[in-house]
Amino acid sequence: MHTTTEFVIAGFGGQGVLLTGQVLAYAALEAGKHVTWIPSYGPEMRGGTANCTVVISTEPIGAPLVRNPAVVIALNQPSFDKYEPIVRVGGVLAVNASLTTRAPVRTDIRVLAPHATEMAERAGSPKVAGIVLLGAAVAATGVLELGDIELALDKHLPAKHRDLLPVNIAALWAGAVLVAEPEI
Amino acid sequence: MPTELIKGNTAIAEAALRAGLDAYFGYPITPQTELLEHLARRMPELGRVFLQAESEIGAIHMVYGAACAGARTMTSSSSPGVSLMAEGLSYIAASDVPMVLVDVMRGGPGLGNIAPAQMDYFQIVKGGGHGGYHPIVLAPATVQEAIDLTYAAFDLAEHYRTIVVILTDGCLAQMMEPAELPPMRERGSPISKAWALSGAKGRERRVFTSVHMSPEEGEAFVNKCARQWDVITANERRCVSEQIDDAEWLLVGFGTAGRVAQSAMRAARAAGLKVGVWRPISLSPYPTPELKALAPQLRGCLVVEMNTGQMVEDVRLAFDGRVPVSFFGRSGGVVPLPEEVLEAVHRMIETAKEVVC
Repeated sequence: MHTTTEFVIAGFGGQGVLLTGQVLAYAALEAGKHVTWIPSYGPEMRGGTANCTVVISTEPIGAPLVRNPAVVIALNQPSFDKYEPIVRVGGVLAVNASLTTRAPVRTDIRVLAPHATEMAERAGSPKVAGIVLLGAAVAATGVLELGDIELALDKHLPAKHRDLLPVNIAALWAGAVLVAEPEI
Repeated sequence: MPTELIKGNTAIAEAALRAGLDAYFGYPITPQTELLEHLARRMPELGRVFLQAESEIGAIHMVYGAACAGARTMTSSSSPGVSLMAEGLSYIAASDVPMVLVDVMRGGPGLGNIAPAQMDYFQIVKGGGHGGYHPIVLAPATVQEAIDLTYAAFDLAEHYRTIVVILTDGCLAQMMEPAELPPMRERGSPISKAWALSGAKGRERRVFTSVHMSPEEGEAFVNKCARQWDVITANERRCVSEQIDDAEWLLVGFGTAGRVAQSAMRAARAAGLKVGVWRPISLSPYPTPELKALAPQLRGCLVVEMNTGQMVEDVRLAFDGRVPVSFFGRSGGVVPLPEEVLEAVHRMIETAKEVVC
């Protein structure tokens, strides 16, 4: 039986939304899965919200966009408001509680709402909040091993951010560890 | 197993380069600009021609000149830019010289928007410029297919001395997928170009013209092109299908819409419905015989497009009334979702039941 998992990663331009999605996509490639990565590329990207959709599957992927993604990583309040209602029932919503002002309302999905910016700072840089949430979301779904993401970070982190590799890996695990705990 | 994720635009550019592209002329326009950017960097590295023209009109006429001189040449643009190229495309067709055009369709008409669409099927498949010529039109659905078709496009164009269009959209162009690039080919066409303008010293001069002043000459040229098109139609039809052995219901879509149809087909199968999917890759020549051959087993067909209904006319022509054909489309830059296509499948089946009762 084939399994397909769709991720939407959304936030402000500059929060590393597209790069976080690419890290996930490369990790899927490392794991031998089929994968698509598609960004929103509209004028909305300039200073506004940015998002990308990553589909990971054990079979060749049809549609690269879906109505109800299995996983949403929301890095800011507008993305949280926009995507919370459309997460598939039984899916996962990882939201940065550092940058959002309300509690989630859905009870039919798994919500992970860590203070990701503070956690990222503790890991070494507030810029890697997206990787904290990625670690949490991937650990919650089990769609990939965290080692695949470490490998993807190692191979594909842009040269200018190369010095942040250990910080990214620390952030990844900080997010993943949250999932093992009963209450967040 | 592919080891790289490649963006559609970059993949097409690199595949063209590896196919021995000598000269690229173009003008930036979203959502195809990364294609031009990639070649702007790579072509000069390899000592080849990259030229950003003053406009799309300039670019297509530079392609015309390079093609007459026997170069492997191409341009790329997106819908409104391709409209500007219409005159040059027709002159190229009338001059019997080969070229490759990549059209990354976006929402229209007019300036429209930069989101993915398939609203230029009629424009490209049925013409482009005036005069009723036929380009070969190939529509990839994955980044790998975009690479493979682009790599093959130059040989096709030169073998038949025709225009080959890679017709895609902003979705595939912006998407990254695992894909493998082909090996770098030797520069220079494997196909003889004894017709090209290569300097007339010691031989009779050659002339390219799109002017045929006498109607009889004009008709003779057009008839020659029509006979050539018969050969292309016989040899160059391409399509793929999935789950059609026992299918009673058929989903049809090209490019991105074909992928969405594939997802909808899987969802329908999971619900126990005997749905298959058929995807034309060559939109011109259309794989009409291949589609027609499916008619006896089908109770209905649903065509999915990112427009308000264009290719559906070719599907109806192929079935010639033997199969009820319905349509689902999103347009203006909206990409259809598999869920809404599945809903349209259910409507098709319900409607068929009502007709039977």
